This record gives sequence, structure tokens and C-alpha cells, in this order.
Amino acid sequence: MKLALLSDIHANLQAFDACVAHARAVGAERFALLGDLVGYGADPAAVLAGVMQLAEKGAIVLKGNHDEMAVTPEGAGKTLGGSTADWTHAQLDPAQRAYLAALPLTHHEGATLLVHASAEDPARWRYVDDERSANASLDAAAALPDVRYVFGGHVHFQTLFYRGTGRGLMRFAPTAGVPIPMPRHRQWVATIGSVGQPRDGDPRAMYAMFDSAAAQLTFHRVAYDHATAAAAIRRAGLPEYFATRLEDGR
Amino acid sequence: MKLLEPGAELDGFVIDDCLHAGGMAHIYRVHYAAGPRDPGFALAMKIPRMTAGDGAENIVSFEVEHQILQVLTGPHVPRFVAAGDLDKIPYLVMEYVEGETLQHWLDQPGRPDAPTLARLGDAMARAVHSLHKQNVCHLDLKPANVLVRADGSAVLLDFGLSCHAHYPDLLAEELRKAIGSPAWIAPEQVVGVRGDPRSDIFAIGVMLYELATGELPFGAPQTAGGLRQRLWMDPPPPRKLRPELPEWLQEVILRCLEPVAAQRYPSAAHLSFDLTHPGQVQVTEQGRKTEGTGFRIHFRRWLKAAGMHYQPSPLPSQQIDEVPILLVAVPHKDVTDATLYSLRQAVARSLGIRPGARLACLTVIAPGDTSASDSEKSETRVHRRYLTMLRQWAQPIDLSGHQTSYHVIESSDVAQAIVRYAEGNNVSMIVMGAATHGVQMQRFLATVPIKVAMDAPCTVILVKQTLPFDQLAQAPAPA
Repeated sequence: MKLALLSDIHANLQAFDACVAHARAVGAERFALLGDLVGYGADPAAVLAGVMQLAEKGAIVLKGNHDEMAVTPEGAGKTLGGSTADWTHAQLDPAQRAYLAALPLTHHEGATLLVHASAEDPARWRYVDDERSANASLDAAAALPDVRYVFGGHVHFQTLFYRGTGRGLMRFAPTAGVPIPMPRHRQWVATIGSVGQPRDGDPRAMYAMFDSAAAQLTFHRVAYDHATAAAAIRRAGLPEYFATRLEDGR
Repeated sequence: MKLLEPGAELDGFVIDDCLHAGGMAHIYRVHYAAGPRDPGFALAMKIPRMTAGDGAENIVSFEVEHQILQVLTGPHVPRFVAAGDLDKIPYLVMEYVEGETLQHWLDQPGRPDAPTLARLGDAMARAVHSLHKQNVCHLDLKPANVLVRADGSAVLLDFGLSCHAHYPDLLAEELRKAIGSPAWIAPEQVVGVRGDPRSDIFAIGVMLYELATGELPFGAPQTAGGLRQRLWMDPPPPRKLRPELPEWLQEVILRCLEPVAAQRYPSAAHLSFDLTHPGQVQVTEQGRKTEGTGFRIHFRRWLKAAGMHYQPSPLPSQQIDEVPILLVAVPHKDVTDATLYSLRQAVARSLGIRPGARLACLTVIAPGDTSASDSEKSETRVHRRYLTMLRQWAQPIDLSGHQTSYHVIESSDVAQAIVRYAEGNNVSMIVMGAATHGVQMQRFLATVPIKVAMDAPCTVILVKQTLPFDQLAQAPAPA
């Protein structure tokens, strides 16, 4: 089955629509949205409406730290991440807030564990950004039966961690569009990147497609109308920083 | 896994006979059990040895070969057919290629002559270049893994230790160690660097050395210290062991065997170029010497090698693109100075941004220009005249750091001659005039650049005459 993995959409409607369309075009049979649906971006209500539509058709939807902040902005604090939480909270209707509040932190199905950040204590939102933290996430996930694949977002970078011939995990920087063989007898941790706020200097949206039958993961980069997304942020009166970073992909 | 008997069936394949029973794998000739599924070529099945006593490396190598063989294409690798599940019975079925491995040449009583060595080396270099263009480094090239077909082309076998730049390297580990066959492994592989295409060039050098002299340049070391020798040691020059070997060939072999990767051929295409143009190889002291490097120099390098480390290399295809072979087609008649000047400017600019790029200057003359009876028009004389013209044309270009060669080709079809030359020499870029090769007959002959642009296997830069010349011509004479 081809499972499209989208994470860190961050209320970027243009990027979200572009990735969903791309995934459908390359044969996605099911969607999984790994959290941070809102925050930073200018279209939280519209994005959530789209997410809820996908969920009705069987999509897996998880909660991210920004989704939690949008529900209870008073707990977000004065961090950069929390700075748009109040505004986001005000854009959502009570039903949408209730929907976010009820989202699960993880989803376990067959050999796959999906989580927004790390499988190690998911509610702590730990970053999986090096071999050690990837190992910790994998160790926690391995407590569940049969887990071979841990897919997450949160860090806004596309990275694959795998086991070579040594004991620890190794880091691999994937090339967009190349299906990577990921046989089931090994264990894998992947961060699939961010749909709505890429930070690696390339403004194109990121997502990944996991083909469980072929045991292949393909990281994708999708060009979208980031100028319109940035303009929406400016029009909404949100900090200029969040608009320029979409244009720069930083 | 015990040996399979002829007639045994495995996943729809019938075993014919065992071709090879090695330490790592058994190889059988097989055919499809169901007749109609004939793939149109003979099949071989490789089954890794995976009983309790066999190392885990065998299993990982099987995985690596499976992943890489599936995505490789072209005439220099066996075609992939099927694979067995690792959880049940792992096997690979691939095209059975007719030919002799390089080992066959080594087992002959005499040593091959220089033209044969050059042909074998060129076949290997072309096969390896095709692999590198697909972002794969072989990393275990040795005589048993190079098969030469009846037509002289080479097929590379056994990708169990190879590295695909777009896939995670399953053989890598945090504590880097040497992976490969001790006699042929490159110095950077000794310190654990995997994925540098120039490691394969080193292995070709070892094989050419072996074919030329019957000896291994660094022996077959059994210890880590023995392996590290090649980080600082020059092997005895081949001409010391076989004095009649041409200097140019020793130059080529020793350049492949440079301890520092950056001093070897930057790509297999460059190596192939030298092996097919012996007259254009610049012979240095390296090619002439018949005595080995002295103790003092080795000692100094040994000290330096103690702290030697290598930079990880970029994608192989990217790396070889950065050191391209540039071909410039220089017209020899009916051409304006402005065009020759513009061509020169374009070549200088292209070389300027590509350190290490190689330049081939080519001119195509009509077959009628030379004559077997008229000594004034003898082939040697005519060619020498045009070679001189090419050298004069190239003289103003700063060619330091760029190997340059000059070629005169006789052909009545200029475009075809240029395209064929580019194909035959793995040229990455052709520079030519947009409207050259016959200014007077432009209506008819302007098609040469168009034909080249359409048929060339690579990028073609069509150079237009630069503007200042027109303006200078129109400027009023100074009063």
C-alpha cells in the first residue's frame, strides 16, 4: 500500500494542497498527517477543514506541539514557536479546537509507528536530529510488537537513519524522488520533513511516500505557490519573519 | 547452503550446472522451469553462502548487490532478472554473460603486448565510467570481477561491496574499516572511505600493472599495516620489471596508482582517453623511470601518511561532471578570424570554471586533402600541418592544469565525424562555431552545427561571433 506521509503543514494551504495533489498523482492510497497541522501559517481554518475531509476518508491524523498550543495558547509561553498560537486559536471554531484536542500522539499499524516527534515519550516533543536521538526513538518504538519503521516530522528536515554493519544508527541524506529500498528485516527511522515550512534553503514543500508492499520510501520535494502563502501571512498581520522564511526556505 | 544438484528446481528456475563454488557464493547456470518465459538470454543464479559458519557480511553483501543490480542498466553489467526472499532462500538470477574474466589473461604464459593492455584497460575504463555515471562505485574491482566479451567490451560483476550514492550504505559503520580485496583496494578505502569513484581507477591501475608485469604492485597484504603501505609507497615502476614496456603506458598505470586520489585520473573517461590516444600522453619522469622511489622520499611520505585523512566525496556522477572532457571543433578553412577568436574565448571561459577539465582540439579534413602518391600531400605531412594550425589556435588559451590534445580526422561528413569522436571518447561538452565549417556555402553547410547539436551524446555550445569585431570593421578609419 502506498501511504503518503505529510507533516508540519503549519497552516500553509498552498503547500498542503500541492503535496496532496502530488501524492494523489503518484498513486497515494492513504494519507497520514503527522501533526503540526497549524501554527506559523495564515490559513489554519482552511487547512484543518481539508485535514478533516481526508480523515473522513480514512487518513491517519496525529497531534503535534503546535496543535496543542493552538488549543491552549496560554500554556505556549513567549517562544518563537508560541508567538502565533493566540492568533491561530482565534481563527479556529470550537469544533476544530475540539478536533485538535482529541488527536492521538502516535499510530501503530503493522510494522509502522507514526509519531509527530520522537517515539521516546511522545508528549515531550523531543527532536530526532542525530543518530543518538534516532536511536532513542527506535528503542522506544521497538517495545511495540513488529515495529520496523518509525516515521516522524517535527524537525523540518528529511533524513533517514538506518543500521549499517556497526551497532549504532547511521545518518543518510536522501535524494528527492529516488525510491530507497528499506527491507523489513532491518529497522529504520525517518524524519519526513515539513510540508508548510521548509528550513533547508529550498522553498519547495517536503513529504514522503512509503510503499509497504515494495518496502520503499521516497522523499519528495514539491514546488508550490509560496509567494501566495507568504502574502497571506503578511495580510493576516502575522510577523514578517514567517513570510520571508517561506520565500527563502529557511 | 549445500550444493544444488543439476535438475533441482528453485522458485521456478531449474539448475543446470554449477559454474563456481566460491567462499562467498555458489553460482549456477539455470533456466526457467516454464518454457514460454524465455528472456532471450542465458541465466545465471547466485546463491550466497549463509550457513552458520559464514559471516554476516555475506548476507549484507547479498542485500547490497540485490539493491544495486536492480537499478543498473547498460551493456557493462549483467541484466537483473529475479531475486529470492532473504527470509526464505536468498538468490539472485541475472544474465549469464559469455566471455573470459581478466584472470584468463593473467593465467596465460606470456604477458600481453602494449596494444592489448591498452585495449583491456580502455574496456575496463569505459565500463567503470558507465557505472559512475549511474552514481555507483564498484569498490571491489579485481580480475575475477571483470569479464571481457568476444567483442572486447567489459562487463563488471559482483556488486556485493559496491556503493550507490542514492542509497544508504549498508556496509558502512561508525568505526570505519577497510572493506575490499587487499591486493586491489585503494588507499582511501584502507582508511574506510567508501564511494569515491577514483577508488575504482586505482583498482584498474592495479589490474593493468598486474597484466603488464605479472606482479601485484603492493603484493597481497594480510595485515592492516601491510594494507596501509599503499598510503605512502610507490610500487616499483613497471618498466623495471619489463623494460620494453612503453613509457606512456607506465605513465598511465602509475597515474592510476597515485596514493592521493586527487592526483589520479579525475574520471574513468580521462583514463580511457589516454589509453586510446597513446601519442597524446604527456610522458614525465614518472613514465620514464626504471628505478623505484628512494627510501628518503618514502620515509617522508610515511610520516605524512600517519595523519592522512580523506574528504568524503560528492555524488560520483557530479564529481565526474566537474572534470569533463571538452571537445572543440576548429574549422581549418573558410573561417574568419572573428570566429576563431570567439571559439577561443568560449573554450577559455569553459575551462576557466572547470579545473582539471581535459581539452581535445579537433579539426576535420576532407579525405581528398591527403594523397598516397603525392609526397607533398602525404598523410603525415598534411596531418602535421593541421596539428600545427590547431596548436597555434590554442596557444593564447591558458592551458595550465588542463591536459590538451590535438586531433586531425579525415571524413567527408564533418558533423558525423565530430559526433562519433564525442561518442567514442566520452566527451561531455562540444564547443563549435554556430556558423562555421564553410562560411561561403553557409546555406548548405550551416547544417553541420545543427546536425551535431541534434545527434551529439552531450551538451553542445554553439558559439556566435563576438560583437566587437563587427563594430571594429564598421568603425571609420582613424583620421
